[in-house]
Amino acid sequence: MVQSSDMKNIDNGCILRVENLCKSYKDLHVLKSISFDVYKGEAKVFIGSSGTGKSTLLRCINQLTIPDSGHVYLNNQEITHAGSKMSHYRQKMGMVFQNFNLFDHLTAVRNVELALLKVLKMSKSEAREKAMFELERVGLVERADFYPAQLSGGQAQRVSIARALAMDPDIMLFDEPTSALDPELKREVMEVMRKLAADGMTMLIVTHEMHFATSFASEILFMENGEIIERGNPADIPTSPSFERTRAFIGSYEE
Amino acid sequence: MDDITFLVNILLPALWRGFLVTLQLIVLTAPFGFLLGLAVAVAHVYGARPVRILAKLYVIFFRGCPLLLLLFILYFGLPSVGIVLGSFYSALFGFILCNSAYNSEYLRGALQSIKGGQMTAAKALGMTKAQAVLYVVIPQALRKALPGVSNEFIYLIKYSSLAYVVALIELTGTAKIMASRYFLYFETFAAVGVFYLVLVTIATFAIHKLEKKYAIPGAQ
Repeated sequence: MVQSSDMKNIDNGCILRVENLCKSYKDLHVLKSISFDVYKGEAKVFIGSSGTGKSTLLRCINQLTIPDSGHVYLNNQEITHAGSKMSHYRQKMGMVFQNFNLFDHLTAVRNVELALLKVLKMSKSEAREKAMFELERVGLVERADFYPAQLSGGQAQRVSIARALAMDPDIMLFDEPTSALDPELKREVMEVMRKLAADGMTMLIVTHEMHFATSFASEILFMENGEIIERGNPADIPTSPSFERTRAFIGSYEE
Repeated sequence: MDDITFLVNILLPALWRGFLVTLQLIVLTAPFGFLLGLAVAVAHVYGARPVRILAKLYVIFFRGCPLLLLLFILYFGLPSVGIVLGSFYSALFGFILCNSAYNSEYLRGALQSIKGGQMTAAKALGMTKAQAVLYVVIPQALRKALPGVSNEFIYLIKYSSLAYVVALIELTGTAKIMASRYFLYFETFAAVGVFYLVLVTIATFAIHKLEKKYAIPGAQ
């Protein structure tokens, strides 16, 4: 493990480094010393059954949940215990939620604009232009003036992806982005994500969609009981002995 | 003197003067009662422990204290400790304290009903907690609190008549004077009733407009 002191000012393409991250709720150890790196342009996919700590992991990375111990580095800068500077780091980590969490009182375009105006202090016209550009990217320009309650689940999730992208993040964190969607609606969200990965966006994805995950992931990490127990190239899943548990999990999941 | 002459030349002009005082009380109480209520509600939900306790005490005290008693304390009680507010300001402060305490409870409920995911999403975009509350949670909570706050506003129109107990010659106070001077109780109080009714009807209409304007399309 590289020590934090050696990492200063090194541009090694490491966007995110997670080091020995631990989180417990009373006696329940949700994360047991998780470590991994994400390099520029990688799409890492976490799989595993519910309650194994995958969502907690994402929330501990952008400090929406404060980890008990361990370190998180964004662009080789430690962001754990950043205190009031944390909101600054969060801008650089776009997050997409299972339940979209669009702002219910704002239209699609104003959902995308809000943080541009209030956090990045863009001018109104600048923010509008950027917001429309991001909506175009997820194919929803014609829904710009719709409210979240007027959008389908798939459209809502695409707006929430546009909202995160508008901040020009260094990495996107996806927390089960398709779990709340019908199979048909899942596809449109997955297509947007696939396109993002192809465009070189660095991504960390928690999902239950095995085929989708393996189709473009740079690495699959299988989590169980708060630990990464298997990891590797998705192409190796069907054959490699290092993916035995993963295979069993996928089998049970698909039955 | 026939009834019409009395009504047009004497009663209505007098009541109109009283009505203007009532209107002043309402127009000044409503915004301050609302803003103070919002501040107390935000302190209650998002404040640090000591702030939260202060907000709770505020509600316990000013919602718990009968308005009549509160007015007596402000008007008759405070002068004994050297604070003389006078009729108008005693009534105004009494109404603001009462109105804000009730409003804060409607607003607290509304703030707490906004799903946590809204705040989380705002923070994840790099907003501070204060920004998230201001730009994401409060705008939604206000919509939810609107029926309750409106109700309190209608109620304010009516309890503004209590100002006469601290010797403020507002609408009801004027009516009492006029009625006993001319011995025309029914006519006078009926006319006053119409004033309040018109005021409440206009308010109801305006509230309805407001609710429609801020309704979120597509939402239940």
